[in-house]
Amino acid sequence: MYRYDHLDQKIVDERVSQFRDQTQRYLAGEITEEQFLPLRLQNGLYVQRLAPMLRIAVPYGMLSSTQLRKLAEISRVYDKGYVHFTTRQNIQLNWPQLEQVPDILAELASVEMHAIQTSGNCIRNTTSDQFAGVTADEIEDPRPWCEIIRQWSTLHPEFAFLPRKFKIAVCGSEQDRAAFMFHDIGLQLVKNSDGELGFHVYVGGGLGRTPVIGSSIREFLPAQHLLTYLDAILRIYNRYGNRDNKYKARIKILVRAWTAEVFAQRVEAEWEHLKQGPSTLTDNEINRVKGFFTAPNYQSVDDQQLTRQVDALAADNPAFSRWLERNTRAQRQAGYVSVTLSLKPAGVAPGDVTDRQLEIIADLADRYSFGEVRSTHNQNIVLTDVIKSDLFELWQQSKATGLATPSIGTINDMICCPGGDYCSLANAKSIPVAEAIQRKFSDLDYVYDLGDLELNISGCMNACGHHHVGQIGILGVDKKGQEWYQIQLGGNAGKDASLAKVLGPSLSREAVTDGIEKVLDVYVENRLDEESFLSTYRRIGIDKFKERVYGPTS
Amino acid sequence: MAQLLKDGGVVADSWQTVDGDLVSLPTSGDLLLTLTQWHQLDAQLPQHSGNIGILLDTDTELEDIPSQCLELPLIAIAFTKFADGRGFSLARLLRERYNYRGELRATGDILRDQLYLLKGCGFNSFQLSGIDLAESAASLQDFSEAYQSSVEQPAPLFKRR
Repeated sequence: MYRYDHLDQKIVDERVSQFRDQTQRYLAGEITEEQFLPLRLQNGLYVQRLAPMLRIAVPYGMLSSTQLRKLAEISRVYDKGYVHFTTRQNIQLNWPQLEQVPDILAELASVEMHAIQTSGNCIRNTTSDQFAGVTADEIEDPRPWCEIIRQWSTLHPEFAFLPRKFKIAVCGSEQDRAAFMFHDIGLQLVKNSDGELGFHVYVGGGLGRTPVIGSSIREFLPAQHLLTYLDAILRIYNRYGNRDNKYKARIKILVRAWTAEVFAQRVEAEWEHLKQGPSTLTDNEINRVKGFFTAPNYQSVDDQQLTRQVDALAADNPAFSRWLERNTRAQRQAGYVSVTLSLKPAGVAPGDVTDRQLEIIADLADRYSFGEVRSTHNQNIVLTDVIKSDLFELWQQSKATGLATPSIGTINDMICCPGGDYCSLANAKSIPVAEAIQRKFSDLDYVYDLGDLELNISGCMNACGHHHVGQIGILGVDKKGQEWYQIQLGGNAGKDASLAKVLGPSLSREAVTDGIEKVLDVYVENRLDEESFLSTYRRIGIDKFKERVYGPTS
Repeated sequence: MAQLLKDGGVVADSWQTVDGDLVSLPTSGDLLLTLTQWHQLDAQLPQHSGNIGILLDTDTELEDIPSQCLELPLIAIAFTKFADGRGFSLARLLRERYNYRGELRATGDILRDQLYLLKGCGFNSFQLSGIDLAESAASLQDFSEAYQSSVEQPAPLFKRR
């Protein structure tokens, strides 16, 4: 993974000093509440329902064991001994003290971490694929490009006060795991007919109140022009995005108002001036950054023999076998697999991990995955590059730590925002809904029979739980001070992206799990062979589901 | 005389703005005019003995302003809200595309904590009210390195590593 040199370190250290000074001036009354707001937000600090919340950046999900141990220590010393993994691969502390935030940032800087631009109307953490560098369907490793974007976007002088927040995702593989179509800028790595590397550029995707699938504005941007082209897009948005109404201020609204064609023309016209400018990437820089993402020291092994050994253990141990099936994934490197540690055991808020678990994950990473892990936008942790002969041991150890729930990709592996238990924006709680669903569908045979099924829960229309792109989405709404839940069906974040449709009137918290059960019954009764929920839904339409949940329409 | 930060130091501000739509100009002194005033007073400008500067809104389209404005010794950009990032882009365009070399001033609602970034976009003077200017000047030096190309350092960090 990327390692700071003295220049990267200096920038992060100076940011800590700057924020320490800002905090002191705020506490001394020299900065008003209104003035401090963007300053603290640009450093990830929210003031929430119960306490401040600090969001820590995990660039494109990469974490070292050293960083995990530091996070454990920080959560123990400055918080209540647990952290929360978010849907943007970041980490949140739910109970820090404002006065101590500069000290927390200094601790983070000591392990090459920061909270820069994890909130506020600026360019946020760039996200990507948790299987970057190991997946068989990869066109190009997206991580060097994410790191190049991270550096370009960090404290960019021109784009610190955008009309609204701005999110970029990079996809480097055939299959999309970064939901890049739902980002302000989605970058798909592609190769042209001459084999040259570039980006297919999409803009104006997003979730939130107005969910939109991104529009293609350039099919091939040669890779060396990445930063000048991003500068052009951001400058157009910075100058012409709506600043009067925060609900109309995302780039998607501008793209829709102008049309994607006109927006593309404006960007191209701006880019004409910037193209070949000083920010044009050099081979030197591209190679320097790529040099941080080289393959670990793989052993050359007899893959078939290792597979036979694992199969033999699985045959004797159904629980291990289930875990293998759901929580491991093949890699393009023979003899190695990626393992997903589940942060979704029933009874724990999805994405929450204790300090002790973080330390154990760090130990597992050192022992089995070359000292690195990745956080995922589904709020789990991935260990890549695990040799097959270590799988049984890794399973036993992760099971003992509560990290081996064999539910990855199933209905019980839901994405879920912190909701009304923590967040001051929420209309309804989301964690208890997730828990009720996990308890209702605790029969593993039934869950496995349903297969891959993405269920996403948001506690309000800001959609941090990505409910619009869940095959089943649940949205918390407020009806006269009561918490109600809308069920939505048919969303998909992948390349054949679609937005979920509302099934019908919202349901009470007690009724929502029964509603989900009825939806699943319709799927099971109507699916053909191995048909997925999404395919079945797309084939039979929403009405059959609606009728079952709400009764026949007259 | 009021003071401001210019080129890193505290200096007296010789410039004065003109209220409303005056029919005639004061005959001397350094005047900072809005575009509307500039157009209204166009005929009288040659007789004025002092300097003339121009005050732009953050949403100004530079193609629309008279080219003589780009020869003036002062262009000021008026921020009505400190969160209005348009002024940052406008400054860069003035410096990098229109090659403006005079004093570029940030005025209105700006924060001490924005100074470093404003400077990176090409501003070299800053009108801050209600705070100690000499102390605030420290914020111009919040960072000793930046990753990006900026007006003061066109070569991005990756070309200087």
